[in-house]
Amino acid sequence: MLFTSYEFLGFVAVVILAYYLIPKKCQWPLLLAASYLFYLIAGVDCLVYILATTVTVYFVALRIERNTLRQTAYLKEHKGELSKDEKKAYKEGQKKIRLRWFVCCVLLNIGILAAVKYTNFFLSNVNGILTAFGQTKQLSFFSLALPMGISFYTFQALGYLIDVYRGTVPAEKNPFRFALFVSFFPQLVQGPISRFGDLGRTLYGEHAFDARTVSYGLQRVLWGYFKKMVVADRILAAVTAIIGDTNTYGGAYVFVGMLFYTLQLYADFTGGIDITIGIAETMGITVQENFNRPYFSKSLKEYWRRWHISMCSWFRDYVFYPVSVSGFMQKFSKFARGHFGQKVGKRLPVYISSFAVWFATGIWHGASWNFIVWGLGNWAVLMLSEELEPLYERFHGRFRFGEGLPYRVFQMGRTFLLVCCLNIFDCYHSLGETFRAFASMFTAGNWKVLWDGSLMELGLTGLDYGILGAGVALMLSVSLLGRSGSVRDKIAARPYPLRFAIWYGLFLAVLLMGAYGIGYDASQFIYNQF
Amino acid sequence: MEDLLEILRSLHPDVDFETEEYLIDKGILDSMDIVSLISEINDAFEVTITAKDIVPANFNSAQALYELIQELADEE
Repeated sequence: MLFTSYEFLGFVAVVILAYYLIPKKCQWPLLLAASYLFYLIAGVDCLVYILATTVTVYFVALRIERNTLRQTAYLKEHKGELSKDEKKAYKEGQKKIRLRWFVCCVLLNIGILAAVKYTNFFLSNVNGILTAFGQTKQLSFFSLALPMGISFYTFQALGYLIDVYRGTVPAEKNPFRFALFVSFFPQLVQGPISRFGDLGRTLYGEHAFDARTVSYGLQRVLWGYFKKMVVADRILAAVTAIIGDTNTYGGAYVFVGMLFYTLQLYADFTGGIDITIGIAETMGITVQENFNRPYFSKSLKEYWRRWHISMCSWFRDYVFYPVSVSGFMQKFSKFARGHFGQKVGKRLPVYISSFAVWFATGIWHGASWNFIVWGLGNWAVLMLSEELEPLYERFHGRFRFGEGLPYRVFQMGRTFLLVCCLNIFDCYHSLGETFRAFASMFTAGNWKVLWDGSLMELGLTGLDYGILGAGVALMLSVSLLGRSGSVRDKIAARPYPLRFAIWYGLFLAVLLMGAYGIGYDASQFIYNQF
Repeated sequence: MEDLLEILRSLHPDVDFETEEYLIDKGILDSMDIVSLISEINDAFEVTITAKDIVPANFNSAQALYELIQELADEE
């Protein structure tokens, strides 16, 4: 059931209505039932996977917590009887038991994710190697259905397990409450990847109907639909045309495709998250923000603090930190400092851990070398920027540009272009095609297509470009306005006729300017496939 | 405390670590700084800061970080 389908709108309307009509203590069980119904509609097969993750993580988290409690009780009971060494040995023994459970559960769930998502990618690489060695025999592919949102709910459930293992959140005792945390339907499709400590605060609470909360939620949903249907889905035709025919659309077209794809991705993903957060908000549930005006970033490093925040913080907290401060890395750091000097020795562990994180981030986005190279491309730029930092400082010390608006705009533009260039790896189907397309920008010499009317042949009319321009201007204005506080608060403070005109106007815009038409099928969200 | 301030100053000489209370929230210390910092602290104070200790509450100020170090030293 697509977020952009009438079925989904009807489904959400019924859920919200029922949510406020039933006794408050039944609200979260209703959400669980709705979430499983939502998932069931996606396919019975998919249900098996989410149930497997829910059940294994639930039981292992309980088991780990029980072991920790038993350890505390045992140490308390034998406080005066055990020597320091005996206590240490006992703690170590218990820690090993917990670690065993933890590792088994992580491997099982990552294994499920890897099996359904990466088996065919692995087989295609094996086939490639066989062909390279002159073998004619090829391995056959499996037809495994990719369960909806598996990358998101697996990471969300594993994040919870790690938190319980670390003792930062208590294990959830009620299996049904935990099942809701894993399957909460608005965020099942494309995240955000919530933390149990954050989402759990409001997910299970009893919420009385509040007109302001509901209207704020609906406003956020409406804004999400505007971005998705008026901007992202409209520009899709041009992006598809450019990417689909690399022979015809090279050079300047690739540049246009790169810009359009970045715009589409922004409108699609942030729009989808607006819909998710908005639906949750109508029911008084707070889902964490996933974006913070990413295209106002002045560097790629800053961009990754402001784009897909929940995924980045997941990788940072659960992969980057554990790897980089692990005993092995600390020893390696000492070794490197001894052999390569203080500066290099300090940086090496960080660079190696970052490499692991960006490789994982790339492959998390999709089972293809394009995504892996995209991840490693980000890593290379980030590490290069880090290395060149002293040079920048010396340069800025000599040539003072100041912190004025023009220079900040230049930095933002530079970051945006860099992100566009890296995003090109998401667009094309193979690395060869991607590099050929990228190189053609410097060799084709067809920049005149930008003004000779050729862009009108990409499936977009003048009216489409007009609507897109207005949509982008509106998104930019809202972003600028949002820097000094909630835009909805600002609108709510205006006189009623103006408020009405704004929201009704936005509603009409979605209705009249959304990308519909005979036979038109609103497209999947880009992040659904991840 | 003075040793810790020295380590912090070597990372960002321009920051007043004695008064700053939002080192993480303001983005003064990023993830790379934190890893370098932990490596130096582990060596200088003979403690082991693990991934679970890396939360803003422990790294937002020099004082909070110092308290974490003392707590870990007591445990060990």
